[in-house]
Amino acid sequence: MSEPIHFQPTTGFAERARAAAGDPALRRGFRGAMDFLQAKRLAQFPDAGDLATLRDLGAAIRRHALENLPQLLEQLEAKLVANGVQVHWAETPAQANAIVLDIAHRIDAKRMVKGKSMVSEEVGLNHAMEAAGIEAMETDMGEYIVQLAGEGPSHIIMPAIHKTKQQIAELFAARLPGVEYTENVDELIRIGREVLRRKFAAADIGLSGVNFAAADTGTLCLVENEGNGRMCTTVPRVHIAITGIEKVIARLDHVPLLNTLLPRSATGQAVETYQNFISGPRQPDELDGPDEVHLILLDNGRSQAHADLQLRATLQCIRCGACMNHCPVYARIGGHAYGTTYPGPIGAIISPHLLGIGATAALATASTLCGACNEVCPVRIPITEILIRLRNEAQARPAAVGALRGAGEARSALVSTIFRAWAAVYSHPALYRLVTWAMSRGRGLTPRTQGAWTGIRTPLIPARKRLRDLLAERRRQ
Amino acid sequence: MTAMTARDNILARLRRSPAGAPAPLPDVGAWFAARRVDDHEVLIERFKTHIRAARAEVHDTDAATWPELLLNLAAAKGLRTLLVGKGTRHGAALAARPQHAVSIIAYSQPAANWCDELFDGIDAAVTTARSAIADTGSLILWPDAQEPRLMSLVPPVHFVLLDARAIHADLHAAMTAENWAAGMPTNALVISGPSKTADIQQTLAYGAHGPREVIVLLCREGEAS
Repeated sequence: MSEPIHFQPTTGFAERARAAAGDPALRRGFRGAMDFLQAKRLAQFPDAGDLATLRDLGAAIRRHALENLPQLLEQLEAKLVANGVQVHWAETPAQANAIVLDIAHRIDAKRMVKGKSMVSEEVGLNHAMEAAGIEAMETDMGEYIVQLAGEGPSHIIMPAIHKTKQQIAELFAARLPGVEYTENVDELIRIGREVLRRKFAAADIGLSGVNFAAADTGTLCLVENEGNGRMCTTVPRVHIAITGIEKVIARLDHVPLLNTLLPRSATGQAVETYQNFISGPRQPDELDGPDEVHLILLDNGRSQAHADLQLRATLQCIRCGACMNHCPVYARIGGHAYGTTYPGPIGAIISPHLLGIGATAALATASTLCGACNEVCPVRIPITEILIRLRNEAQARPAAVGALRGAGEARSALVSTIFRAWAAVYSHPALYRLVTWAMSRGRGLTPRTQGAWTGIRTPLIPARKRLRDLLAERRRQ
Repeated sequence: MTAMTARDNILARLRRSPAGAPAPLPDVGAWFAARRVDDHEVLIERFKTHIRAARAEVHDTDAATWPELLLNLAAAKGLRTLLVGKGTRHGAALAARPQHAVSIIAYSQPAANWCDELFDGIDAAVTTARSAIADTGSLILWPDAQEPRLMSLVPPVHFVLLDARAIHADLHAAMTAENWAAGMPTNALVISGPSKTADIQQTLAYGAHGPREVIVLLCREGEAS
């Protein structure tokens, strides 16, 4: 099965979250960025009725794709192959990396430039390339900054959102030869542009993700603002696109609708600078473009989510990041605390399929279930319902048939005993009467220290009189 | 061999998944159609407003005078080299202009043969746009053998010739009117202004990897080329 490559087990989640929440600079940075992004998104959707219709349409496009997933994947593959694109399938991160390495070895590649791809982060592609002696260079400005700092992205759309311009200025001055310290953002971007321009022309392979794959025409749609994605998919002689099996949609003419939702939800932009539609390799008379185009379709646990009618909605995601931008937990702890490739609410519901429920059980509890994520999701994923389901799965009885990977691994005898007792009390009226009577009369015995609850709150103590006692008194009066 | 097995395994698992609630294809076209206006002058104004908001320049011109306008703009910006597509009518029209400070260079060989010059020695390029989009202020380009993909990406300044009659209301209208589903080119592009990034502390900066400037020459009468 798939192996987590550079993933921090979520057993340390509480410690990392506490450390992040106690870091004033990080708190200020994320709070400011989240407020900014929330306001920008809201300004792009002035009409609530129109937004509701758009979200219905977006959800319908994605649900149709998931209901017809195997057929659409076969159609996509047939069209792409007819267009001259080579299609590969990978069940695990290791298989995906092996496919890239096979291609790299065949063409004797030394250098790879990368457009932004969260799936490449998911499979740990950079590590696999470096281990094989192939330079893998991130070219999205945010990804370039976090790679230079030896970190991972803390947000799926804005990878370096946790860094201040002062930190980036120090990083550039320390790591790039001949670069002076400057906090001027235009100048910092100009420096990045010059460094990376040399890399595009020297690279053998350009790697990218995919935003939508249209099955009817065999077209890969990539959106971006910087132009590095276009560089990676045009300049090197081989282009490798990697994406999850859920990214296919039935029709090319549905891309405009999804692209109405995606940039507005993500960054509050009406449109991205570049919508890049790739349908094949360079033709004999063309003067640029890659000689080979490859598409790697990755499962890595997605088929497990697909097999469950409730969890299937997880795969509707178009990776806009609006759920994390509006999450009160993400806004306070940032992306790194989660320890997974995909942070925030979407990370909490997709990661259990990629890494198993046991390794990610803490993530489903990192939510107040306030539902802000549900309200902003452009494709109407019922995120909080799925979080509750995953909390239950983490405590499930072991070895249930058709269980999710890792189900029951976080089962605790204490927790399950408490909930069993709770269920018994609440489903037997006589027992309920007895227990509540005993608790109210014995309230003096309630412990004053109640674990994490009393760390920052006053203890929970039953009332002197139950509601039923008060009602009985009123009837007697 | 592994690849075949992975494919079969993935598809087999997906086929075993239970069928969910009916999920018919939605009528996306109706949503776009309900918001459209018919007045072409309104579309032209919308296009100009939106692409200018994304920091592109737009100049009204016509089939006869655009070469002079372009060369004047290039001179004013201090551009020394201008890349044109090989064998294009507009490339010929520019080359035919007497006495100008900009040297016209044709994209006439595979990119790999002249990468250094292409990346470092070209100040600007001029291409046609196939059409445009009013709603988002976007240009549609279908690069081909005459006007390759890198012309609209690598040089720091991109001049675009656009026939005002080819402005569609939205991308869905363009795809439908031009029947994209019947056959896609190797690469189709929808470009909405100069390259930009906000990856450093949400501060917007232009000219990230692509052109710093996009300059639209909007031809109001006659063909653009």
